[in-house]
Amino acid sequence: MSINATLIGQAIWFAIFIWITMKYVWPPLQKAMADRQKQIADGLAAAERGKQEQEIAAKRSADALRDAKEKASEVIAAAEKRAQQIVEEAKGQAKVEADKVLASGKAEIDQEVERAKQQLRERVAELAVAGAEKILKKEINAAAHADILGSLKQGL
Amino acid sequence: MSAEGGLTTTGYIQHHLTNLAVCADAAKDATGHCHGFWTLHLDTLVVSGVLGLVAFGLMAKLASRATAGVPAGWQNFVEMVIGMVDQQVRDTFHGKSALVTPLAITIFVWVFLMNAMDLIPVDFLPVAASAVGINYLKVVPTTDPNLTFAMSITVFFIMIWMNLKVKGFGGYMHEIFTAPFGAKLAPVNFIFRIVEDIAKPISLALRLFGNMYAGEMVFILIALLGLYQLPLALPWALFHILIITLQAFVFMMLTIVYMSMAAESH
Repeated sequence: MSINATLIGQAIWFAIFIWITMKYVWPPLQKAMADRQKQIADGLAAAERGKQEQEIAAKRSADALRDAKEKASEVIAAAEKRAQQIVEEAKGQAKVEADKVLASGKAEIDQEVERAKQQLRERVAELAVAGAEKILKKEINAAAHADILGSLKQGL
Repeated sequence: MSAEGGLTTTGYIQHHLTNLAVCADAAKDATGHCHGFWTLHLDTLVVSGVLGLVAFGLMAKLASRATAGVPAGWQNFVEMVIGMVDQQVRDTFHGKSALVTPLAITIFVWVFLMNAMDLIPVDFLPVAASAVGINYLKVVPTTDPNLTFAMSITVFFIMIWMNLKVKGFGGYMHEIFTAPFGAKLAPVNFIFRIVEDIAKPISLALRLFGNMYAGEMVFILIALLGLYQLPLALPWALFHILIITLQAFVFMMLTIVYMSMAAESH
Protein backbone atom coordinates (compact mmCIF):
# COMPACT_ATOMS: atom_id res chain seq x y z
CA MET A 1 0.00 0.00 0.00
CA SER A 2 2.96 2.29 0.50
CA ILE A 3 4.30 4.63 -2.13
CA ASN A 4 7.70 3.47 -3.29
CA ALA A 5 10.01 3.24 -6.27
CA THR A 6 7.39 1.33 -8.24
CA LEU A 7 6.02 4.80 -8.95
CA ILE A 8 9.10 5.65 -10.97
CA GLY A 9 8.97 2.39 -12.88
CA GLN A 10 5.30 2.91 -13.69
CA ALA A 11 5.94 6.46 -14.84
CA ILE A 12 8.59 5.08 -17.20
CA TRP A 13 6.16 2.48 -18.57
CA PHE A 14 3.53 5.16 -19.01
CA ALA A 15 5.98 7.42 -20.86
CA ILE A 16 7.04 4.55 -23.13
CA PHE A 17 3.45 3.70 -24.01
CA ILE A 18 2.56 7.33 -24.66
CA TRP A 19 5.58 7.52 -26.95
CA ILE A 20 4.59 4.34 -28.83
CA THR A 21 1.05 5.60 -29.28
CA MET A 22 2.22 9.04 -30.31
CA LYS A 23 4.74 7.76 -32.83
CA TYR A 24 3.46 4.45 -34.16
CA VAL A 25 -0.23 4.05 -33.38
CA TRP A 26 -2.01 7.37 -33.71
CA PRO A 27 -0.46 9.00 -36.81
CA PRO A 28 -0.95 6.08 -39.25
CA LEU A 29 -4.43 5.31 -37.98
CA GLN A 30 -5.39 8.96 -38.05
CA LYS A 31 -4.08 9.21 -41.59
CA ALA A 32 -5.99 6.11 -42.67
CA MET A 33 -9.18 7.39 -41.07
CA ALA A 34 -8.78 10.89 -42.52
CA ASP A 35 -8.03 9.44 -45.96
CA ARG A 36 -11.08 7.24 -45.79
CA GLN A 37 -13.22 10.15 -44.70
CA LYS A 38 -11.91 12.15 -47.65
CA GLN A 39 -12.54 9.28 -50.05
CA ILE A 40 -16.11 8.94 -48.83
CA ALA A 41 -16.68 12.68 -49.03
CA ASP A 42 -15.22 12.75 -52.55
CA GLY A 43 -17.37 9.82 -53.57
CA LEU A 44 -20.49 11.49 -52.27
CA ALA A 45 -19.58 14.75 -53.99
CA ALA A 46 -18.93 12.88 -57.25
CA ALA A 47 -22.28 11.12 -56.96
CA GLU A 48 -23.98 14.45 -56.35
CA ARG A 49 -22.19 15.96 -59.33
CA GLY A 50 -23.13 12.99 -61.51
CA LYS A 51 -26.75 13.36 -60.51
CA GLN A 52 -26.71 17.05 -61.38
CA GLU A 53 -25.03 16.35 -64.71
CA GLN A 54 -27.58 13.68 -65.45
CA GLU A 55 -30.38 16.14 -64.69
CA ILE A 56 -28.81 18.74 -66.96
CA ALA A 57 -28.37 16.17 -69.73
CA ALA A 58 -31.97 15.03 -69.39
CA LYS A 59 -33.12 18.63 -69.62
CA ARG A 60 -30.91 19.22 -72.64
CA SER A 61 -32.20 16.13 -74.42
CA ALA A 62 -35.80 17.19 -73.71
CA ASP A 63 -35.00 20.62 -75.15
CA ALA A 64 -33.42 19.06 -78.22
CA LEU A 65 -36.41 16.82 -78.70
CA ARG A 66 -38.80 19.74 -78.43
CA ASP A 67 -36.71 21.79 -80.89
CA ALA A 68 -36.64 18.92 -83.34
CA LYS A 69 -40.40 18.48 -83.09
CA GLU A 70 -40.95 22.18 -83.66
CA LYS A 71 -38.62 22.18 -86.61
CA ALA A 72 -40.26 19.12 -88.07
CA SER A 73 -43.72 20.66 -87.82
CA GLU A 74 -42.36 23.84 -89.37
CA VAL A 75 -40.89 21.87 -92.22
CA ILE A 76 -44.15 19.99 -92.71
CA ALA A 77 -46.11 23.22 -92.69
CA ALA A 78 -43.72 24.77 -95.20
CA ALA A 79 -43.90 21.71 -97.40
CA GLU A 80 -47.70 21.75 -97.31
CA LYS A 81 -47.74 25.41 -98.21
CA ARG A 82 -45.32 24.82 -101.04
CA ALA A 83 -47.39 21.91 -102.33
CA GLN A 84 -50.50 24.04 -102.31
CA GLN A 85 -48.61 26.76 -104.09
CA ILE A 86 -47.45 24.30 -106.73
CA VAL A 87 -50.97 23.00 -107.18
CA GLU A 88 -52.26 26.55 -107.52
CA GLU A 89 -49.58 27.39 -110.01
CA ALA A 90 -50.33 24.24 -111.97
CA LYS A 91 -54.01 25.07 -111.92
CA GLY A 92 -53.32 28.55 -113.19
CA GLN A 93 -51.04 27.30 -115.92
CA ALA A 94 -53.53 24.70 -116.96
CA LYS A 95 -56.27 27.31 -117.17
CA VAL A 96 -54.08 29.56 -119.25
CA GLU A 97 -53.19 26.65 -121.49
CA ALA A 98 -56.79 25.62 -121.76
CA ASP A 99 -57.82 29.16 -122.60
CA LYS A 100 -55.12 29.29 -125.22
CA VAL A 101 -56.24 26.00 -126.72
CA LEU A 102 -59.84 27.13 -126.55
CA ALA A 103 -58.98 30.43 -128.21
CA SER A 104 -56.98 28.79 -130.96
CA GLY A 105 -59.76 26.26 -131.46
CA LYS A 106 -62.29 29.06 -131.70
CA ALA A 107 -60.10 30.92 -134.14
CA GLU A 108 -59.74 27.82 -136.26
CA ILE A 109 -63.45 27.23 -136.13
CA ASP A 110 -64.04 30.86 -137.18
CA GLN A 111 -61.58 30.45 -139.99
CA GLU A 112 -63.23 27.22 -141.04
CA VAL A 113 -66.63 28.91 -140.91
CA GLU A 114 -65.28 31.79 -142.96
CA ARG A 115 -63.80 29.40 -145.49
CA ALA A 116 -67.02 27.40 -145.64
CA LYS A 117 -68.94 30.64 -146.08
CA GLN A 118 -66.57 31.63 -148.84
CA GLN A 119 -67.03 28.29 -150.54
CA LEU A 120 -70.75 28.50 -149.95
CA ARG A 121 -70.75 31.96 -151.44
CA GLU A 122 -68.97 30.66 -154.52
CA ARG A 123 -71.30 27.72 -154.75
CA VAL A 124 -74.48 29.75 -154.03
CA ALA A 125 -73.75 31.91 -157.01
CA GLU A 126 -73.11 28.87 -159.15
CA LEU A 127 -76.22 27.09 -157.83
CA ALA A 128 -78.29 30.16 -158.23
CA VAL A 129 -77.03 30.60 -161.76
CA ALA A 130 -77.51 26.90 -162.44
CA GLY A 131 -81.04 27.05 -160.97
CA ALA A 132 -81.82 30.19 -162.83
CA GLU A 133 -80.34 28.72 -165.94
CA LYS A 134 -82.57 25.68 -165.55
CA ILE A 135 -85.70 27.84 -164.83
CA LEU A 136 -85.03 30.50 -167.34
CA LYS A 137 -83.18 28.42 -169.97
CA LYS A 138 -84.62 29.97 -172.79
CA GLU A 139 -85.19 33.52 -171.78
CA ILE A 140 -82.23 34.49 -169.77
CA ASN A 141 -78.79 34.87 -171.12
CA ALA A 142 -76.05 34.42 -168.57
CA ALA A 143 -73.94 36.98 -170.24
CA ALA A 144 -76.77 39.58 -170.46
CA HIS A 145 -77.52 39.35 -166.75
CA ALA A 146 -74.00 39.01 -165.44
CA ASP A 147 -74.10 42.39 -163.69
CA ILE A 148 -77.24 41.46 -161.77
CA LEU A 149 -75.62 38.18 -160.68
CA GLY A 150 -72.51 40.03 -159.73
CA SER A 151 -74.47 42.39 -157.46
CA LEU A 152 -76.27 39.35 -155.96
CA LYS A 153 -72.91 37.76 -155.28
CA GLN A 154 -71.79 40.91 -153.53
CA GLY A 155 -74.98 40.97 -151.41
CA LEU A 156 -74.22 37.64 -149.75
CA MET B 1 -8.87 -21.17 -1.64
CA SER B 2 -5.37 -19.98 -1.03
CA ALA B 3 -2.16 -21.68 -1.96
CA GLU B 4 -1.17 -21.80 1.65
CA GLY B 5 -3.80 -23.96 3.32
CA GLY B 6 -4.97 -23.30 6.82
CA LEU B 7 -4.92 -19.53 6.45
CA THR B 8 -7.40 -17.45 8.34
CA THR B 9 -9.85 -15.20 6.50
CA THR B 10 -7.81 -12.15 7.41
CA GLY B 11 -4.68 -13.88 6.25
CA TYR B 12 -6.29 -14.81 2.95
CA ILE B 13 -7.40 -11.26 2.29
CA GLN B 14 -4.07 -9.80 3.31
CA HIS B 15 -2.26 -12.30 1.16
CA HIS B 16 -4.30 -11.24 -1.85
CA LEU B 17 -3.62 -7.58 -1.20
CA THR B 18 0.12 -7.93 -0.83
CA ASN B 19 2.34 -7.07 -3.74
CA LEU B 20 5.25 -9.15 -4.90
CA ALA B 21 7.98 -6.78 -3.70
CA VAL B 22 11.70 -6.78 -4.20
CA CYS B 23 14.20 -4.63 -2.33
CA ALA B 24 17.67 -4.68 -0.91
CA ASP B 25 18.12 -7.09 2.00
CA ALA B 26 18.77 -4.20 4.34
CA ALA B 27 15.23 -2.90 3.78
CA LYS B 28 13.55 -6.17 4.80
CA ASP B 29 12.00 -6.68 8.19
CA ALA B 30 12.10 -9.86 10.23
CA THR B 31 9.29 -11.51 8.21
CA GLY B 32 11.00 -10.75 4.89
CA HIS B 33 8.62 -7.93 3.92
CA CYS B 34 10.08 -4.88 2.25
CA HIS B 35 9.86 -1.41 3.73
CA GLY B 36 11.05 1.98 2.65
CA PHE B 37 11.02 3.82 -0.64
CA TRP B 38 13.42 1.66 -2.60
CA THR B 39 11.02 -1.20 -3.07
CA LEU B 40 9.71 -2.40 -6.41
CA HIS B 41 6.34 -4.10 -6.84
CA LEU B 42 7.32 -6.61 -9.46
CA ASP B 43 3.77 -7.85 -10.08
CA THR B 44 2.47 -4.35 -10.82
CA LEU B 45 5.42 -3.53 -13.03
CA VAL B 46 5.34 -6.80 -14.97
CA VAL B 47 1.58 -7.11 -15.43
CA SER B 48 1.11 -3.49 -16.50
CA GLY B 49 4.22 -3.62 -18.67
CA VAL B 50 3.25 -6.84 -20.44
CA LEU B 51 -0.32 -5.62 -20.99
CA GLY B 52 0.94 -2.32 -22.36
CA LEU B 53 3.61 -3.86 -24.57
CA VAL B 54 1.19 -6.40 -26.03
CA ALA B 55 -1.63 -3.91 -26.56
CA PHE B 56 0.40 -1.03 -27.95
CA GLY B 57 2.74 -3.34 -29.86
CA LEU B 58 -0.23 -4.96 -31.59
CA MET B 59 -1.83 -1.60 -32.22
CA ALA B 60 1.39 -0.23 -33.70
CA LYS B 61 1.73 -3.30 -35.93
CA LEU B 62 -1.86 -2.95 -37.01
CA ALA B 63 -1.49 0.79 -37.57
CA SER B 64 1.52 0.22 -39.84
CA ARG B 65 -0.70 -1.91 -42.08
CA ALA B 66 -3.79 0.29 -41.79
CA THR B 67 -5.42 1.11 -45.09
CA ALA B 68 -7.81 3.84 -46.08
CA GLY B 69 -10.00 1.22 -47.73
CA VAL B 70 -12.79 -0.64 -46.02
CA PRO B 71 -11.41 -1.53 -42.56
CA ALA B 72 -11.74 -5.17 -41.61
CA GLY B 73 -11.44 -7.16 -38.41
CA TRP B 74 -9.12 -5.74 -35.79
CA GLN B 75 -8.44 -2.54 -37.68
CA ASN B 76 -12.14 -1.83 -37.54
CA PHE B 77 -12.26 -2.48 -33.80
CA VAL B 78 -9.16 -0.42 -33.00
CA GLU B 79 -10.40 2.42 -35.21
CA MET B 80 -13.72 2.36 -33.42
CA VAL B 81 -12.05 2.71 -30.01
CA ILE B 82 -9.58 5.30 -31.21
CA GLY B 83 -12.29 7.18 -33.08
CA MET B 84 -14.34 7.34 -29.88
CA VAL B 85 -11.38 8.73 -27.92
CA ASP B 86 -10.57 11.17 -30.71
CA GLN B 87 -14.17 12.38 -30.74
CA GLN B 88 -13.96 13.07 -27.00
CA VAL B 89 -10.74 14.99 -27.52
CA ARG B 90 -12.24 17.00 -30.36
CA ASP B 91 -15.32 17.84 -28.28
CA THR B 92 -13.36 18.95 -25.24
CA PHE B 93 -9.89 20.06 -26.26
CA HIS B 94 -9.94 22.96 -28.67
CA GLY B 95 -6.23 23.70 -28.95
CA LYS B 96 -3.86 22.10 -31.40
CA SER B 97 -1.64 19.42 -29.95
CA ALA B 98 -0.07 16.25 -31.30
CA LEU B 99 0.13 14.90 -27.75
CA VAL B 100 -3.37 15.03 -26.29
CA THR B 101 -5.08 12.41 -28.46
CA PRO B 102 -2.25 9.83 -28.14
CA LEU B 103 -2.17 10.53 -24.41
CA ALA B 104 -5.90 9.95 -24.12
CA ILE B 105 -5.71 6.77 -26.23
CA THR B 106 -2.86 5.44 -24.09
CA ILE B 107 -4.73 6.12 -20.87
CA PHE B 108 -8.01 4.63 -22.02
CA VAL B 109 -6.58 1.46 -23.53
CA TRP B 110 -4.00 0.81 -20.84
CA VAL B 111 -6.22 1.54 -17.84
CA PHE B 112 -9.03 -0.49 -19.35
CA LEU B 113 -6.79 -3.52 -19.86
CA MET B 114 -5.28 -3.26 -16.38
CA ASN B 115 -8.74 -2.91 -14.85
CA ALA B 116 -9.90 -5.88 -16.90
CA MET B 117 -7.44 -8.09 -15.03
CA ASP B 118 -10.02 -7.81 -12.25
CA LEU B 119 -12.33 -10.05 -14.26
CA ILE B 120 -9.96 -13.00 -14.03
CA PRO B 121 -11.16 -15.00 -11.02
CA VAL B 122 -9.16 -13.82 -8.02
CA ASP B 123 -7.34 -17.07 -7.31
CA PHE B 124 -6.37 -18.20 -10.82
CA LEU B 125 -3.17 -16.28 -11.27
CA PRO B 126 -1.95 -16.25 -7.64
CA VAL B 127 -2.35 -20.04 -7.41
CA ALA B 128 -0.63 -20.52 -10.75
CA ALA B 129 2.16 -18.23 -9.58
CA SER B 130 2.62 -20.02 -6.28
CA ALA B 131 3.01 -23.25 -8.23
CA VAL B 132 6.18 -21.82 -9.76
CA GLY B 133 7.40 -20.44 -6.43
CA ILE B 134 6.02 -16.89 -6.47
CA ASN B 135 4.33 -16.39 -3.12
CA TYR B 136 2.61 -13.07 -3.62
CA LEU B 137 0.82 -11.78 -6.67
CA LYS B 138 -1.55 -8.84 -6.85
CA VAL B 139 -2.89 -9.21 -10.36
CA VAL B 140 -4.71 -5.92 -10.93
CA PRO B 141 -2.10 -3.20 -11.39
CA THR B 142 -4.62 -0.38 -10.88
CA THR B 143 -5.17 -1.54 -7.30
CA ASP B 144 -1.61 -0.41 -6.62
CA PRO B 145 -1.57 3.33 -5.79
CA ASN B 146 1.98 3.47 -7.13
CA LEU B 147 0.62 2.93 -10.61
CA THR B 148 -2.30 5.32 -10.36
CA PHE B 149 -0.11 8.03 -8.85
CA ALA B 150 2.58 7.43 -11.46
CA MET B 151 -0.01 8.05 -14.16
CA SER B 152 -1.64 11.06 -12.51
CA ILE B 153 1.70 12.69 -11.70
CA THR B 154 2.85 12.17 -15.29
CA VAL B 155 -0.40 13.77 -16.44
CA PHE B 156 0.25 16.59 -13.95
CA PHE B 157 3.69 17.32 -15.43
CA ILE B 158 2.36 17.17 -18.96
CA MET B 159 -0.29 19.65 -17.82
CA ILE B 160 2.36 22.06 -16.53
CA TRP B 161 4.34 21.61 -19.73
CA MET B 162 1.20 22.34 -21.75
CA ASN B 163 0.60 25.50 -19.70
CA LEU B 164 4.14 26.70 -20.35
CA LYS B 165 4.01 25.81 -24.03
CA VAL B 166 0.72 27.53 -24.72
CA LYS B 167 0.96 30.58 -22.43
CA GLY B 168 4.69 30.95 -21.99
CA PHE B 169 6.31 31.33 -18.56
CA GLY B 170 5.07 34.90 -18.13
CA GLY B 171 1.54 34.09 -19.16
CA TYR B 172 1.44 31.06 -16.88
CA MET B 173 2.70 33.06 -13.89
CA HIS B 174 0.26 35.83 -14.67
CA GLU B 175 -2.59 33.35 -14.70
CA ILE B 176 -1.47 31.72 -11.45
CA PHE B 177 -1.35 35.01 -9.59
CA THR B 178 -4.31 36.88 -11.10
CA ALA B 179 -7.01 34.28 -11.69
CA PRO B 180 -9.69 34.22 -10.49
CA PHE B 181 -9.70 37.31 -8.17
CA GLY B 182 -7.41 39.75 -9.97
CA ALA B 183 -3.93 41.09 -9.19
CA LYS B 184 -4.89 42.68 -5.84
CA LEU B 185 -5.46 39.31 -4.25
CA ALA B 186 -2.37 37.63 -5.73
CA PRO B 187 -1.49 35.53 -2.64
CA VAL B 188 -5.05 34.19 -2.40
CA ASN B 189 -5.04 33.38 -6.08
CA PHE B 190 -1.72 31.61 -5.70
CA ILE B 191 -2.91 29.48 -2.78
CA PHE B 192 -6.15 28.64 -4.58
CA ARG B 193 -4.21 27.65 -7.63
CA ILE B 194 -1.89 25.37 -5.70
CA VAL B 195 -4.79 23.63 -4.00
CA GLU B 196 -6.58 23.31 -7.32
CA ASP B 197 -3.59 21.88 -9.16
CA ILE B 198 -2.49 19.51 -6.40
CA ALA B 199 -6.04 18.23 -6.09
CA LYS B 200 -6.04 17.17 -9.73
CA PRO B 201 -3.42 14.38 -9.64
CA ILE B 202 -4.51 13.24 -6.19
CA SER B 203 -8.16 12.94 -7.16
CA LEU B 204 -7.26 11.25 -10.48
CA ALA B 205 -5.06 8.66 -8.78
CA LEU B 206 -7.23 7.99 -5.74
CA ARG B 207 -10.45 7.71 -7.75
CA LEU B 208 -9.07 4.97 -9.96
CA PHE B 209 -7.24 3.26 -7.10
CA GLY B 210 -10.24 3.41 -4.78
CA ASN B 211 -12.71 2.04 -7.31
CA MET B 212 -10.50 -0.82 -8.39
CA TYR B 213 -9.34 -1.64 -4.88
CA ALA B 214 -12.90 -1.77 -3.63
CA GLY B 215 -13.99 -3.88 -6.60
CA GLU B 216 -11.13 -6.29 -6.04
CA MET B 217 -11.97 -6.44 -2.36
CA VAL B 218 -15.54 -7.44 -3.16
CA PHE B 219 -14.24 -10.17 -5.48
CA ILE B 220 -12.02 -11.47 -2.65
CA LEU B 221 -14.89 -11.41 -0.16
CA ILE B 222 -17.11 -13.26 -2.62
CA ALA B 223 -14.36 -15.82 -3.11
CA LEU B 224 -14.38 -16.40 0.66
CA LEU B 225 -17.94 -17.73 0.51
CA GLY B 226 -16.83 -21.08 -0.80
CA LEU B 227 -19.47 -22.68 -3.00
CA TYR B 228 -21.83 -19.71 -2.66
CA GLN B 229 -19.42 -17.55 -4.61
CA LEU B 230 -20.61 -19.12 -7.85
CA PRO B 231 -23.96 -17.28 -8.13
CA LEU B 232 -22.37 -14.07 -6.84
CA ALA B 233 -19.09 -13.78 -8.71
CA LEU B 234 -20.71 -13.66 -12.15
CA PRO B 235 -23.17 -10.80 -11.46
CA TRP B 236 -20.45 -8.80 -9.74
CA ALA B 237 -18.12 -9.43 -12.68
CA LEU B 238 -20.85 -8.24 -15.05
CA PHE B 239 -21.34 -5.06 -13.01
CA HIS B 240 -17.60 -4.71 -12.87
CA ILE B 241 -17.36 -4.60 -16.66
CA LEU B 242 -19.22 -1.30 -16.40
CA ILE B 243 -16.95 -0.07 -13.63
CA ILE B 244 -13.67 -0.87 -15.35
CA THR B 245 -14.81 0.80 -18.57
CA LEU B 246 -16.22 3.79 -16.74
CA GLN B 247 -13.07 4.28 -14.67
CA ALA B 248 -10.86 4.09 -17.75
CA PHE B 249 -13.13 6.57 -19.48
CA VAL B 250 -13.23 8.92 -16.49
CA PHE B 251 -9.44 8.96 -16.15
CA MET B 252 -9.11 9.68 -19.87
CA MET B 253 -11.85 12.32 -19.89
CA LEU B 254 -10.46 14.20 -16.88
CA THR B 255 -7.01 14.15 -18.43
CA ILE B 256 -8.45 15.72 -21.59
CA VAL B 257 -10.29 18.31 -19.51
CA TYR B 258 -7.13 19.21 -17.57
CA MET B 259 -5.19 19.50 -20.83
CA SER B 260 -7.86 21.73 -22.30
CA MET B 261 -7.82 23.90 -19.16
CA ALA B 262 -4.05 24.13 -19.48
CA ALA B 263 -4.28 25.08 -23.14
CA GLU B 264 -6.90 27.80 -22.68
CA SER B 265 -6.30 31.13 -21.06
CA HIS B 266 -8.65 32.30 -18.37
